[in-house]
Amino acid sequence: MQHASSSPTWRERAAGILRDQGILVAFVLLMVVMSLSIDRFATSENILAVIRQVSILGTIALGVTFVVIGGNLDLSVGSMLSLTTVMVVDLHDKIGPGPAIAVTLVVALLAGAVNGTLVGIFRLNSLIVTLGMLSVLQGATLLYSGGKNVDIVNQDETWFAVFGRGRLISAGGIDINVPVVLFLGLAVILGIVLHRTSFGRKVFAVGGNRVAAAYSGLRSSRIVFMTYLISAFSVFAGAVILGSRVMGSQNTVGQTWELQVLAGIILGGTSLLGGSGSIFKTVIGVLIFGFINNGLLLLGFPFYAQWIVTWIVIILVVWLDVAAKRGKLWAA
Amino acid sequence: MSAPAATTERNAGGARTFLRALARQPIWAVLIVELLFFGLMPQTREVFLSTGNLLNILLQSTFIGIVALGMTYVMINGEIDLSIGPIMALAASLSVGLQMDLGLIPAALVGLLAGIGLGFFNGLVTFKTGVDSFIVTLGAMLGIRGLVFVYTQQDSFFSMNFAYSDFGLSSVGGVPTLAVIFLALAVILHLVLTQTRHGRDTYAVGGNRDAALNAGVRIGRHVLINFSMLGGLAALSGILLSTQMGASTPNMGTVYELWVITAVVLGGTKLTGGHGSIVGTVGGVLAIQMLRNGMNLLQVQAYWVQVIIGVMLIAVLFVDKRTSVSGQGRVRT
Repeated sequence: MQHASSSPTWRERAAGILRDQGILVAFVLLMVVMSLSIDRFATSENILAVIRQVSILGTIALGVTFVVIGGNLDLSVGSMLSLTTVMVVDLHDKIGPGPAIAVTLVVALLAGAVNGTLVGIFRLNSLIVTLGMLSVLQGATLLYSGGKNVDIVNQDETWFAVFGRGRLISAGGIDINVPVVLFLGLAVILGIVLHRTSFGRKVFAVGGNRVAAAYSGLRSSRIVFMTYLISAFSVFAGAVILGSRVMGSQNTVGQTWELQVLAGIILGGTSLLGGSGSIFKTVIGVLIFGFINNGLLLLGFPFYAQWIVTWIVIILVVWLDVAAKRGKLWAA
Repeated sequence: MSAPAATTERNAGGARTFLRALARQPIWAVLIVELLFFGLMPQTREVFLSTGNLLNILLQSTFIGIVALGMTYVMINGEIDLSIGPIMALAASLSVGLQMDLGLIPAALVGLLAGIGLGFFNGLVTFKTGVDSFIVTLGAMLGIRGLVFVYTQQDSFFSMNFAYSDFGLSSVGGVPTLAVIFLALAVILHLVLTQTRHGRDTYAVGGNRDAALNAGVRIGRHVLINFSMLGGLAALSGILLSTQMGASTPNMGTVYELWVITAVVLGGTKLTGGHGSIVGTVGGVLAIQMLRNGMNLLQVQAYWVQVIIGVMLIAVLFVDKRTSVSGQGRVRT
């Protein structure tokens, strides 16, 4: 412990906590305000329902967080979700659930490998590459399905239902659903990978300064490549949950998901410039996204009002972040 | 003897100038290849090069094209705008939805002003807060679509006034009016970009922001003008599209940001700012629509177009990377 005289004042401490954990503070405030002002908000059923609702978005956001911290973007996850969900549902009745899941995993990883090769190894602009892949994968989805929606015929007789519809614990009116467990379980695993392994440290290093990372002997191409594989894997996991919950799929089911995923990541406070962020922040960001939506619905606002609120919140969150970094509120 | 020789030489000189122009605008070479390919293919050559079909391609290019003109300015400026799709939908919905109460032209003006206002807001936030325009307009893309859905309650609006859809289907001297508007805007915006101070400063800000600032360029003004202009052009495109359909849909403009950015990048404008041209953008738009049209005539499934566009977009990055070393010195002079 420091001497009392040199220890920071409560004011400095508060500023420090706000700077480092501003989003968490905002999240807690949001929850308190919503609990006090909305009757049915602070019930265990409602809170679990919200976590279940964001579990697929959250699962995908976990993987994309790696790409973003590595200094790149992945706009192809929405189309990739469409392709993999359509495939896993369509193949389910044709070759059985196990092989369907395996084939879908391979397809997702292949798509991720293409992204990773173009961005990591050929060093092409990730925004344009993944925008191109957004188009390619959406086209591939439509070609695969011939433009028709797909579904699973015997929905009650397949163990595939467990991923989206299963309950782990069901006691005292509280249901812990499998999608929630998968989301939070993957969060823990990927959190360990990102924050407790040398690979994770390298992702931060490459995202922070690719040139410096290269001079210190990091093989950045391989690391960027890996981040896209992780992103693709998380899309695969999301597709299995989504396909299992809906037991069918539209061709364009993932459209605009890439933006909502990024919105969740940004709300959590991870910088799109790379080099900083965390899995925990993404989980919080996705939950903020879900709880804002839920609160507005409970207050009787139309569903799409949440998008308008998200718009304003995104700008405020990132503004406060960049303003704190430059020490000035206004840029110009 | 000397006269024909001189002619050949002059022709060779002309050819060389032509080739040099193509080297500067490789997308127009792609366009010529497409023309030759679909013009010579036995399955398509009857229809493809007919005046009616070429005008059809031009008309189909109008809606992406008008937005792409504005996007060219914003991207040369070093920024990006993802929110153009919902701006199109909002302007179209206002233009059709308010025409019973306000009359055709005032309603269209409200739609146009909404687009300019939202573009101005995007520019203001980008410039004043220093938040990356990608993030600002990503938020706007969700938020403005939310505004559209809240305003329309997810309903399509149909125009009860036939004058509205008559305008969308009219033509001037055989050329569809909407296409004439696109071409006129392309000429004007080409001249503004190449001949005015605003155009030059837009390149300067996108090329090297700090240098432009030191040279006394008022960055904020150009950012605001370019975003407002793009918002207005997106609104115009949405309104024109609704005159063609005689209706507005709440989902109008979905994935337009993808098509528009693809067209602009195919046309040689760099995401990093400082480079690009209206001539290239028009080439990019035409190349995309010609491909869609030709593949349609070949009875290829429309889904393939999405795959090919994506591949083309990525391929451009490869070409761009290879030529950027020699390109830098040339363009700067």
